[in-house]
Amino acid sequence: MLAYLIRRLINAVITLLVVTLVTFGIFFMVPKITGSDPALLYIGKTADAASIEGIRVKMGLNDPVLVQYGKFLQGLVAGRDYANGPDVTHCPAPCLGYSFKTEQEVTPLLLSDLPVTLSLAIGAAVLWLIMGVSTGVISALRRGSIVDRAVMTGALAGVSLPVYFTGLLSSAIFVYWLGWLPPSNYVPFLESPAEWFVQMLLPWITLAFLFAATYARLTRANMLETLGEDYIRTARAKGLGERTVIGKHALRSGLTPIVTIFGLDLGALLGGAVLTENVFNLRGLGYQALQAIRGNDLPVILGVTLIAAFFIVIANLIVDLVYGVIDPRVRLG
Amino acid sequence: MSRPFLEVKDLTVRFETDDGIVQAVTESNFSLEAGKTLGIVGESGSGKSVTSLAILGLHRTRSNAKVSGEIWLDDQELVTATNDDVRALRGGKMAMIFQDPLSAMHPYFTVGAQIVEAYRVHHPGVNKKVARERAIDMLARVGIPQPARRFNDYAHQFSGGMRQRAMIAMALVNDPKLLIADEPTTALDVTVQAQILDLIRDLQEEFGSAVIMITHDLGVVAELADDVVVMYGGKIIERGPAVDLFQRPQHPYTWGLLGSMPRLDRDVRDRLTPVKGSPPSLINLPSGCAFHPRCPYAGRNGDRSFTETPVLGGGVHAVACHLPAEERTRLFQEEVAPNL
Repeated sequence: MLAYLIRRLINAVITLLVVTLVTFGIFFMVPKITGSDPALLYIGKTADAASIEGIRVKMGLNDPVLVQYGKFLQGLVAGRDYANGPDVTHCPAPCLGYSFKTEQEVTPLLLSDLPVTLSLAIGAAVLWLIMGVSTGVISALRRGSIVDRAVMTGALAGVSLPVYFTGLLSSAIFVYWLGWLPPSNYVPFLESPAEWFVQMLLPWITLAFLFAATYARLTRANMLETLGEDYIRTARAKGLGERTVIGKHALRSGLTPIVTIFGLDLGALLGGAVLTENVFNLRGLGYQALQAIRGNDLPVILGVTLIAAFFIVIANLIVDLVYGVIDPRVRLG
Repeated sequence: MSRPFLEVKDLTVRFETDDGIVQAVTESNFSLEAGKTLGIVGESGSGKSVTSLAILGLHRTRSNAKVSGEIWLDDQELVTATNDDVRALRGGKMAMIFQDPLSAMHPYFTVGAQIVEAYRVHHPGVNKKVARERAIDMLARVGIPQPARRFNDYAHQFSGGMRQRAMIAMALVNDPKLLIADEPTTALDVTVQAQILDLIRDLQEEFGSAVIMITHDLGVVAELADDVVVMYGGKIIERGPAVDLFQRPQHPYTWGLLGSMPRLDRDVRDRLTPVKGSPPSLINLPSGCAFHPRCPYAGRNGDRSFTETPVLGGGVHAVACHLPAEERTRLFQEEVAPNL
């Protein structure tokens, strides 16, 4: 088990390293190749040649590529100093550089967006897991019944309808038509848990609907497959009641694959739910990402990308470790 | 007159599928006394396994299955019994060993935990420690070395033969009076097969259970069974004491099965004679005698084989065949026996 753990950890670190290499390559090298000068993006086109050169030296843009990457990595791990002679700016770890637009440090900017994204992703995940798995199991057990057909039709709608459609439609109905919920305006949890909850309700449901649909279909398929297994017949032949056969023997295998996909989905969402955040005006990472893309704000885009990649790699690592615990066949493999 | 320990009367099992009605078992009749062994022989799809699953009531969870007839186990009728009543017997008074122990054991629970579970369903008052000791004891009795250590292993960590032993331990943990073994040696190496058969025989003597041995291997039947039932196309076509059946087989299909059995006393250059043709579709059974498309003697008595279903005769050694008894005896002695 320990060897397995160490192997997985090394894998995760290597993956993250590759991610930094690729993102660094794309966001810092590509503009150079296409002829746009990052220094110009920082300082604006009206600046004189001397100040542009000053920025180049300070940002290290004149250094060889490898040195630049090395400093970038150093910034991530230990923090770095941007220096042009006596003009020194310290950027503490994990340093993601400065926004072209606001000249703020990227790291604190993104950290301030994180609670919003966390609220959305975790709340929605709890909701879709409960909704998707329970309807999927019921569907499998009542295969071919009206309940099964209704769930599967709902699930088809769920996977087919984009968030900007279901989100706007639910806002129109519950906020503007029925007036049950206030117009969206994020309230931090620590400020007022009740208001936070009310505010998040519609985004959670909208996002969860999309994922619950996939989970219902997946759970149903897994459960049907498991129910046909020989060991389920053995469980019945032992004289176990249907509740134990389904609730213990079938669920144990039927839900194992859900763990994988759940970890990856949650990991991906923690990097920002771009559509949902924008539809509901939630200033999270996904919202920040869209603003940064619109404004060509390369350091922010790079920051969001790295954070998203970080969450996905961590989620992958956790899934692997959890899998080692729940599937005894993995540990040896 | 008291009933035999197990009596199956007019058992019929059908499955409604999209392709039509599958006549898996048709009007099957046989019985088994306590402590005796019954061999059920036949090709794949002849209705052997479906019969055994019907005795355990395992078709009840399939909504498309229709079971009729009577199954009497120790003076209790099972076809019309409630689900709870049958469940109480399953794994308790009657237990089953399955063909492929790797897929028949749960991959995520330890072998020990699965045996403990089987024991505690039927002994709800027993605490975990006692159940664990019982399970380890059973593992030891089926010949698993270091049973206390292997208790915590998973099915995939066992070898094929050990896995089948563990499966047998699980089936016997509640001292079943009826043990059904569905092709228990098919997935195993030949050397291991003999060990498992010996084990089943020894345990039968020790526990005094009645055993139904389902197999397509006549060698297994010859070794273990007191009585034999031969099934074809969901019907019993021959039934009798094992000694009789091997010495004076009556049905041309049984002759075919005997002819297709490899034997040590024959020249290795002789080829095995398989039964020509393939088993019938249970959705579209041939008219008349279901075996007629493969029977070398079909048509000897006019059209009867093609139009009329032969009835299983009475007596200790019964057969369902249109050929007159004297002609069968003559055919077997003159044409079949010399080639066996």
